[in-house]
Amino acid sequence: MTKVYSKIESIAGNVISVYADGIKYGELAEVSTSFGKSLAEVIKLDEGLVSLQVFAGGRGISTGDEVRFLGHPMRVSFSDNLMGRIFDGSGVPRDNGPELSENLIEIGGPSFNPAKRIIPRNMIRTGIPMIDVFNSLVESQKLPIFSVSGEPYNQLLARIAMQAEVDIIILGGIGLKYDDYLFFKDTLEEGGALSRTIMFMHTASDPVVESLMVPDISLAVAEKFALKGKKVLVLLTDMTNFADAMKEIAITQEQVPSNRGYPGDLYSQLASRYEKAVDIEGAGSITILGVTTMPGDDVTHPVPDNTGYITEGQYYLKGGRIEPFGSLSRLKQQVNDKTREDHRALMDGMIKLYAQYKDSLEKKSMGFHMSSWDEKLLKYGEAFESGMMDLTVNIPLERALDLGWEILSDSFAPEETGLKSSLLEKFWPVKETV
Amino acid sequence: MKNTGKVIGVNGNMVTVSVTGQVSMNEVAYILTGGKRLKCEVIRIQGDNVQVQVFEMTKGVGIGDEVEFTEDLLAVELGPGLLGQVFDGLQNPLPELAEEAGFFLERGIYLDALPRDKEWEFTPVANTGAQVSAGEVLGTVPEQNFVHKIMVPFNLLGTYTVKSIAEKGNYKITDKVVVLTDEKGNSHDVTLVFQWPVKRAIKCYSERLKPVEPLVTKMRLIDTFLPVAKGGTFCVPGPFGAGKTVLQQAMSKNAEVDIVIVAACGERAGEVVETLKEFPELLDPKTGRSLMERTIIICNTSSMPVASREASVYTAVTLAEYYRQMGLDVLLLADSTSRWAQAMREMSGRLEEIPGEEAFPAYLESSIAGFYERAGIVALKSGEKGSVTIGGTVSPAGGNFEEPVTQATLKVVGAFHGLSRERSDARKYPAIHPLDSWSKYTGSINPVQTGYAYDMLRRSYEIGSMMKVVGEEGTSTDDFITYLKGEFLDAVYYQQNSFDPVDASVTPERQSYLFGQIMEVLTAELDLDTKDEARSWFNKVRQTFLDYNGTQWESDEFKALDKEIGTLIADKKIGILHGSEKVMEK
Repeated sequence: MTKVYSKIESIAGNVISVYADGIKYGELAEVSTSFGKSLAEVIKLDEGLVSLQVFAGGRGISTGDEVRFLGHPMRVSFSDNLMGRIFDGSGVPRDNGPELSENLIEIGGPSFNPAKRIIPRNMIRTGIPMIDVFNSLVESQKLPIFSVSGEPYNQLLARIAMQAEVDIIILGGIGLKYDDYLFFKDTLEEGGALSRTIMFMHTASDPVVESLMVPDISLAVAEKFALKGKKVLVLLTDMTNFADAMKEIAITQEQVPSNRGYPGDLYSQLASRYEKAVDIEGAGSITILGVTTMPGDDVTHPVPDNTGYITEGQYYLKGGRIEPFGSLSRLKQQVNDKTREDHRALMDGMIKLYAQYKDSLEKKSMGFHMSSWDEKLLKYGEAFESGMMDLTVNIPLERALDLGWEILSDSFAPEETGLKSSLLEKFWPVKETV
Repeated sequence: MKNTGKVIGVNGNMVTVSVTGQVSMNEVAYILTGGKRLKCEVIRIQGDNVQVQVFEMTKGVGIGDEVEFTEDLLAVELGPGLLGQVFDGLQNPLPELAEEAGFFLERGIYLDALPRDKEWEFTPVANTGAQVSAGEVLGTVPEQNFVHKIMVPFNLLGTYTVKSIAEKGNYKITDKVVVLTDEKGNSHDVTLVFQWPVKRAIKCYSERLKPVEPLVTKMRLIDTFLPVAKGGTFCVPGPFGAGKTVLQQAMSKNAEVDIVIVAACGERAGEVVETLKEFPELLDPKTGRSLMERTIIICNTSSMPVASREASVYTAVTLAEYYRQMGLDVLLLADSTSRWAQAMREMSGRLEEIPGEEAFPAYLESSIAGFYERAGIVALKSGEKGSVTIGGTVSPAGGNFEEPVTQATLKVVGAFHGLSRERSDARKYPAIHPLDSWSKYTGSINPVQTGYAYDMLRRSYEIGSMMKVVGEEGTSTDDFITYLKGEFLDAVYYQQNSFDPVDASVTPERQSYLFGQIMEVLTAELDLDTKDEARSWFNKVRQTFLDYNGTQWESDEFKALDKEIGTLIADKKIGILHGSEKVMEK
């Protein structure tokens, strides 16, 4: 049953409205214009007047264009054929592959029943010491990467996509620069990770409305794979663009704005996406890493602020490195006691010394006298930064822990580290004397 | 014949319904769509058009969908079987829902809050012919470790005569156990369960009293310096990552109350699940039984529909009031009230109301006040006392306490436990800032002594910040010792390791003993001539106290450390600081 309407009552920004009967909230329609066809979604019903958000945007739509209601909400094809493919924000292929139309699933489904959740318990190894050693990523965790624009957050995501020990990577691009899109495509292709990756990529020049679909499509697909027993890692970049797109549309629709112009339901909207992260008893899991760029490095901006209250910690990217101080994985305690006995102690011990290094560095910059202890700390700090914090380092956790001990022993005597004697006896590297 | 209507507009989870006939504000209705019944609540009436907020996602709702009105306000079921349950904000039992609907929270499935087939052993208390009114006890049933009182339903106004009462025996909650007759001679059946509208406070008591008795949380900083009273209110604001949830979890485990109700309104499901899975395993030190048996969890995570989140705190406080009516002490912990306020803001925006400060609705303050005012200690009609204590966390944007939710909350609570980023970054837990926080309640330790300790800490902070400018060299040794005394108090008394099995919960007896020891150090005039000497002595003392805090109360190891502390102090103490003599008088 398709109904076609050919009189558009109003066009404001990306939102058009038509008088139509029997329409359901959230239903899809197809709008045919002289520039081609676009999908649109019903976002408001007011008696007979139906407001639709046009995915391809409102530009060039004429009041005489045709609107055909499809009788179902937004869906996406789900099968193993998705693997290695690249789509846009509305699920249309961006690569040269065929359109997929079998086994359509609805997006934006209900939340997981908390009573069915299990306590997270598995670590996802990434080969990046700043993650594995200091803030372990845990299966089912939802974590943002807080970052200032200009930081290499997409490089970090691509690296995680290639190295993370999961079954499937779903990469959702929201408002990506075209160069960044190509970067992801090329990097994953060259790194051989494309075959286990599915990409839903919205670029900055695509219509803004399409970007709103990216997290939902990515997570709906992730959920189906997870229910089939797969360990899925969903990477989203950039969630600030997602929030900005919501803001743009809410304002065009003359909604009452909330904090700094963002819509009143910003928290709910972000939460309903991030909360899809889950570990399912007897099946697979969804882990979410999302980039949140912070306008002006301001963590109190509504997007990072609301995100921080939803997610289970954050990776704080600063100066091209994951900052040990602002970063936090709330779930790391669930897993880092099962890796190696020195993991927790080394993690705490190295960070405490690194904090002291920062103090010495400050003293040095102010021209104060450097004691021999300061000198040791300076040596340690530099070794720590180049050996551990460099994001190009790719080593397994055990190797990273060994490296930690080497860095310590190069700078300090065992008793200067503040670590327990029993660990020192077992792990302190024995140096050959020349 | 109940009222019906038709959907004429949909905007997010606000639906406009055209209706003829009588509709009440906050009445519950169901939208029939796609074979499902979606629960909603009337929130605005304009002539024949009624706006309802739907407690579910509204995808698929269309113009012309039928709406059934129920004539009932949003209500919860009150009766035996609530303890140990996990409900959503509308009192759906989540584990049963999972059995019914699987992994996901499918729309339109509503289950009975209380099991219908379970039998309870009813013992009559009232006699035939007795005159009774709302809240008075008719009989009892055992529930977990408590005597659950079957009371005259709170919605029966006036005086009633007990016409008949069932004999001792097993009954289901919907079985009729008592028949009452009113003044006009009409009969009213009473079962073990009745309904109460969540947004109205239960007031079937004879008098509301002043909260004076301390509620023991087993956290030193709170019990000694920032106490909470039974029937009082407190709030815990803090930026994300400062430890709000950990603090609440510790309180829900250790507080000395009969019943704990945890309301998650819009928090992370991952954190709620820890409580869900952990509580059944933990034992209540008081009863030796599973902690879950004295707990009710209202679980509305951040991704559940906003209207249901808005309802969740009311559901929680209504259940709390119900158990208070049985003469029990109930602690309600709401995490986080900011999410609840945000839910209000969201709904208000949809209603296109003129926004107040930071786009919160103009009635934000009165809603917050109305919620906290449902706390209290009351004298029941039987003469017994019961209390509801409410503690709410607040998650202010960017950790800024000037924002409307924190400010509105501060006006109505009796204690303020403000968390600081600075302390949590320095790994000083609990991260409650001792100087910024306050309490209007009285704790169990002599306030002259706690005041002395507090002043010393304040001086220590001042000296500490001065030292950052003039360096250690520019500070006198006396001042330096005061600084170290403050640091010592902070490290061994204010800070408490919630992961250490012993240190995690400290009884009032032990707190008082330890505080006495601390006062010995704080008031002592010490024979320490140089700063290096002072620092090294305080390091030693601090280390000993930390070990001591981790040892079992009155164990041999404890006694040995106690002795060691005595020696350490005696070694350097040459008298009492001038002006401290009075403080130490018993």
